[in-house]
Amino acid sequence: MCLAVPSQVKAIEGQYAEVEIGGVSRNVSIILTPDVKIGEYILVHTGYSIGVVNEDEAQETIKLFNDLGIG
Amino acid sequence: MIKFLDEYRDPELAQRLVKKIRNHALQGLRLMEFCGGHTVAIMKYGLRQLLFPQVELLSGPGCPVCVTANADIDKAIALAKKPEIILTTFGDMLKVPGSYSSLQKVRADGGDVRIVYSAQDALEIAQGNRDKKVVFLGIGFETTAPTIAASILEAKHREIKNYYVLSLHKLCPPVIKTLLDSGEIKLDGIILPGHVSAIIGAYPYEFIPLDYGIGGVVAGFEPLDILLTVEMLIAQIENRKPVIEIAYRRGVKPEGNEKAREIMDMVFEITEANWRGLGRVPASGLTLKREYQDFNAEASFVPEAMPAKEPEGCVCGEILRGIKTPRDCELFGSCCTPEQPVGPCMVSSEGSCAAYYLYGGENNGR
Amino acid sequence: MDDKILLAHGSGGKLSHDLIKDLLLKELGNPYLNVLDDAATLTLNGRIAFTTDSYVVSPLFFPGGDIGKLAVCGTVNDLSMVGAIPKYVSLSLIIEEGFLLPDLKKIISSIHITAQEAGVKVVTGDTKVVNRGSADKLFINTAGIGIIPDGVKISGSHARIGDKIILSGPIGDHGIAILCQREGLKFETSLESDCASLNTLVADMLGASKEIHVLRDPTRGGLASTLNEFAESARVGIKIEEDKIPLRDSVRAACELLGLDPLYVANEGKLVAVVGSLDVEKVLSQMRENKHGVHAAIIGEIVADHPGKVVMKTRFGSSRIISMLSGELLPRIC
Repeated sequence: MCLAVPSQVKAIEGQYAEVEIGGVSRNVSIILTPDVKIGEYILVHTGYSIGVVNEDEAQETIKLFNDLGIG
Repeated sequence: MIKFLDEYRDPELAQRLVKKIRNHALQGLRLMEFCGGHTVAIMKYGLRQLLFPQVELLSGPGCPVCVTANADIDKAIALAKKPEIILTTFGDMLKVPGSYSSLQKVRADGGDVRIVYSAQDALEIAQGNRDKKVVFLGIGFETTAPTIAASILEAKHREIKNYYVLSLHKLCPPVIKTLLDSGEIKLDGIILPGHVSAIIGAYPYEFIPLDYGIGGVVAGFEPLDILLTVEMLIAQIENRKPVIEIAYRRGVKPEGNEKAREIMDMVFEITEANWRGLGRVPASGLTLKREYQDFNAEASFVPEAMPAKEPEGCVCGEILRGIKTPRDCELFGSCCTPEQPVGPCMVSSEGSCAAYYLYGGENNGR
Repeated sequence: MDDKILLAHGSGGKLSHDLIKDLLLKELGNPYLNVLDDAATLTLNGRIAFTTDSYVVSPLFFPGGDIGKLAVCGTVNDLSMVGAIPKYVSLSLIIEEGFLLPDLKKIISSIHITAQEAGVKVVTGDTKVVNRGSADKLFINTAGIGIIPDGVKISGSHARIGDKIILSGPIGDHGIAILCQREGLKFETSLESDCASLNTLVADMLGASKEIHVLRDPTRGGLASTLNEFAESARVGIKIEEDKIPLRDSVRAACELLGLDPLYVANEGKLVAVVGSLDVEKVLSQMRENKHGVHAAIIGEIVADHPGKVVMKTRFGSSRIISMLSGELLPRIC
């Protein structure tokens, strides 16, 4: 639903993280995803992280697209 | 190249998926999405045309701006007119017409209406303007509600006493149920919201296959995500096994985001809500709990508004329920355009009418 | 001088006079302006292009420029878009009482540098000061005069079927740089406004070809609105391809975050050219030699289909209609 874009966590300070997407940085609140780590990608919705991107699942999904495309 | 975004827009992979979908024997499957973001993506990438006639994609009441009742917009407008109030809002709401006016018009008349990207920014405005009362217009579904709840907790912690929220938040699963109960449209499957589900997970949708015998798949927002979702729904229909599945696995866990729900539950409680086009739906909205009444704009300011009225000829309500398309509306494109919107479906960039108007034509017109 | 602008600075008396002498003439002085007559006397030969614009940008200072630079570039560019060689500009200031003098100095200095770079002179001007609250810090109005060389005929209605469309560089820089400075929308980015005078670029292009039919700078409303304007004006259709449109990653990222479409974001140092297809490669190479056209690219063409409408082939392979911007460009959450 609502607009949320995957951005990478560059630094964490308390309840805030500095995230970067395509060269643009912003401080976002990680109060809703307190266990996030530097280097992980989070979904940023209105200045808050609402979830951590599961990179393994992301790969799996791409693989699925490729498999489905055949036959 | 934006990671976790662009890979899901690959045109070649998409073509292959579309071909696979079209090769299915089934025709005329009716799938409804409940998420403004999906409405936009479908129109922007021409998916509706690509999948017709095998699949008919319908738009449901998934745009939080569109489903906000006139009476509620009028409340926000009444608050914005008060000289001691700074009304902060997401950009989506600025042009939405209420019964008599809009926040944009109030701003032109001297009301202090400010657009913010985040509730955090509204907090900063409150902090920097202690002599004023800052009201944040809380719209959005379960994706946004936890962020607003977090802002209230932060206001309490930082002792910011001039921050208030007008909660017009609504919940997704109850409205899906209401729509299915109405029996107005026959559906073969549901494209479930992506980021709402990132918060609530997949379990709250279990009632859909159980009580209505159709399946639902949680979808992401890129074209490949939506095509995958359609493919999964078709597989369910062919195998006669309606279940709830997640296509958007990189963003949604079956259990959702527990911490976000915890924070939402600390601040909000469930209440009846007034939905444009659907009327009052029980247990479908959020209001601030008693212990947070100090932050409740409605309790603190009692916004008086004249009786709400609906614009004549506007069929937003029926469009939201999927029983009409924008082209069925007499006002569409003539007196209701993005420059002069009559109803919210045209104002909101995610509203069906705006999406049809902006992206329609060429491959989208039907 | 005090460090704030007072109402007296605009009332024509000693303070006004001092401001003009000690700041405006000092920075912008030239034989025309120094005379300080009520009107500048100019001698001009040939077809004259005349334009005016007002500048109300907020914030006044932004990455890549300020309202002063914008005011000069904007007027120089308007003249350039009809193929004129910009020569003279007027400068009218409406200043809010209490405006900081050091800020005014910076802006005037910026006007001086920009005018010098563009080869134009500020030949006449006006200064008014209004009560606090009657203006948002500073408004600038400029008018500009240029000479159109013989044989140059450029207009929105001249687009012909078969012509190609060139865009001089990446879109959205200015609008996003400004938006990122606004309260509530702050992002950290190295993005700067692309604010620039395009007269040398246009001169190079006109030197390379006589088949330049339309020039337009996509300012407010962005590329989309500009293309719609001349599709409407020439009653032709326009086809563009999304993957040919230059766009910086950072602008794209900011747009994704805010829910904006870069096609509608303002530019202040870009132009769109409609060029006869036989000359387009020549014009393109010439543009790429100029610092303001390094990333120039052919983005589409003029067609007979769907007259008055702009259609874009998306990266995804589908087509969609690109309409004009309606109302303000607003960030969204949904």
